Amino acid sequence: MENLLDLSIGELRRLIDNKEITSQEITRAYLERIKEVDPRIKSYVTVTDDLAMAQAREADERIKRGEIAPLTGIPLGIKDVICTKDVKTTCSSRMLENFIPPYDATVIEKLNSQGAVMLGKLNMDEFAMGSSTENSAFFETRNPWDTERIPGGSSGGSAASVAARLCVASLGSDTGGSIRQPASHCGVVGLKPTYGMVSRFGLVAFASSLDQIGPLARNVEDCAILLEAISGHDERDSTSIPNVSFSRDGVLKMDIKGLKVGFPREYFIEGLQQEVEEAVKGAINLFESLGAEVKEVSLPHTEYAIATYYIIATAEASSNLSRYDGVKYGFRAKEYENLMDMYKKTRAQGFGPEVKRRIMLGTYCLSAGYYDAFYKKASQVRTLIINDFKNAFKEVDIIAAPVAPTTAFKLGEKVNDPLKMYLSDIFTIPVNLAGIPGLSMPCGFDQKGLPIGIQLMAGHLQEKTLLGTAYNLQEALQLSFKWPEV
Amino acid sequence: MARITLEEVKHVAHLARLEFSQKELESFKDQLDAILEFVAKLEDLDTEGVEPTNHAIEIFNCFREDKVKESLEIKDVMKNAPQGEEGSFVVPRII
Repeated sequence: MENLLDLSIGELRRLIDNKEITSQEITRAYLERIKEVDPRIKSYVTVTDDLAMAQAREADERIKRGEIAPLTGIPLGIKDVICTKDVKTTCSSRMLENFIPPYDATVIEKLNSQGAVMLGKLNMDEFAMGSSTENSAFFETRNPWDTERIPGGSSGGSAASVAARLCVASLGSDTGGSIRQPASHCGVVGLKPTYGMVSRFGLVAFASSLDQIGPLARNVEDCAILLEAISGHDERDSTSIPNVSFSRDGVLKMDIKGLKVGFPREYFIEGLQQEVEEAVKGAINLFESLGAEVKEVSLPHTEYAIATYYIIATAEASSNLSRYDGVKYGFRAKEYENLMDMYKKTRAQGFGPEVKRRIMLGTYCLSAGYYDAFYKKASQVRTLIINDFKNAFKEVDIIAAPVAPTTAFKLGEKVNDPLKMYLSDIFTIPVNLAGIPGLSMPCGFDQKGLPIGIQLMAGHLQEKTLLGTAYNLQEALQLSFKWPEV
Repeated sequence: MARITLEEVKHVAHLARLEFSQKELESFKDQLDAILEFVAKLEDLDTEGVEPTNHAIEIFNCFREDKVKESLEIKDVMKNAPQGEEGSFVVPRII
């Protein structure tokens, strides 16, 4: 048999269903690899060995009974921002270091109902705020392609663990690029679904109008399997789209002849690493040779997206994170003089610097006298950014662009300059503001051997076209997939 | 000219129920100033008459049946409380 750890969900499914291998054997192989390799990558905050083996045993029982779902017995990793009953959910923050949720997020219930196996909880930037996973309160996660470099963020653990074969696939969350940018830096496929397609119930909130859970996987097929598993309406999330569902039927058979692919001129700008530009343009040219129609489009308000995002996201975060007051759950300062002092000391000691910075900015933007100048203004510009996409999608079916301006940067390179860090999200943020789906997939490597990602975007609920297009590109690129040596 | 003063930073910290050392306040002031300078570019855009967007996908009146369902046990909820007593959260005396 090929190396077990190299196999995708689809490949493992065939072996499991043909009784050539059991979920317990696969799970054990992953747990052993985590023990051996993860000390160098540091993608897991918590490894749930016993739970994983128990779930694998249960999955093998289900398989014997013939109760097989696409994810039955498949070992996955979960970003530590998604609540898991009786398993610590820390958000990589001191504030929630010992928080054990009494309930499962909807996506976890859905995975459990298929009999999937959870290997553990994955590291991230604290409360999903960051682009490098350096804001984790516990430790930095390393990029498996070069351990001196960042894996991207905030779902850095989710991306690094897939690339380093420390899980078959994972779930992450994406508020401004937090699935797509680390997927790009680690050479895996990551999808941020349409806002409202996947329930946010049990996802620890950062910016509620932007947050969305999505899969990170080794290939487009696996992303489609995971999206099918986690999507759907949930009455416990009032922003969940009524009657929404996703079926992967036909995705791998989609013909892209005649499909219209646009590349936005505003995304090919100064500061874009030349090798990234070449790889992305090379992939776009491939679409043409596959029979798609390629044309330039314009998203004229792109340059305002970061400013808009950092007002809206921080405003929402300052409100969402007010719940961490040391009363109901989470950290409480040891010493304080009165209630106000308890709040302040708890929050001062429990949150890291980036989280405080964003709470401060958001509080400022929402404070008396500034609301119109900041939050209202940004919400209006958000409308203009949405209109840009609406207009572009009148002309094309898919928009193709870079994911990040550069390949993975070095640890420590941007961590002391918040604004510089924010600017690395320039190409991923507009998708969240517009609520549309966006996918990142590998399209080449730079001279240092670091993966380069291409981003594909589609209109609301056009996941089928998005994944079908991505699959066509994946097959045409035939990137002889190398695994990073770790 | 600075966009935010040290006094304002202190005031916002109070609103956000955070506290900082003098050194941290100074550094926050500089960082927030740079970020505010950056976001000020939105002022260049004319947004007169543009409707603000709060949610990219608009859903109205999200109704569901008002049915009694199972909810979390109080003892399970209290497990995460920093300090609890008889099913209540304990906080410092406020009156």
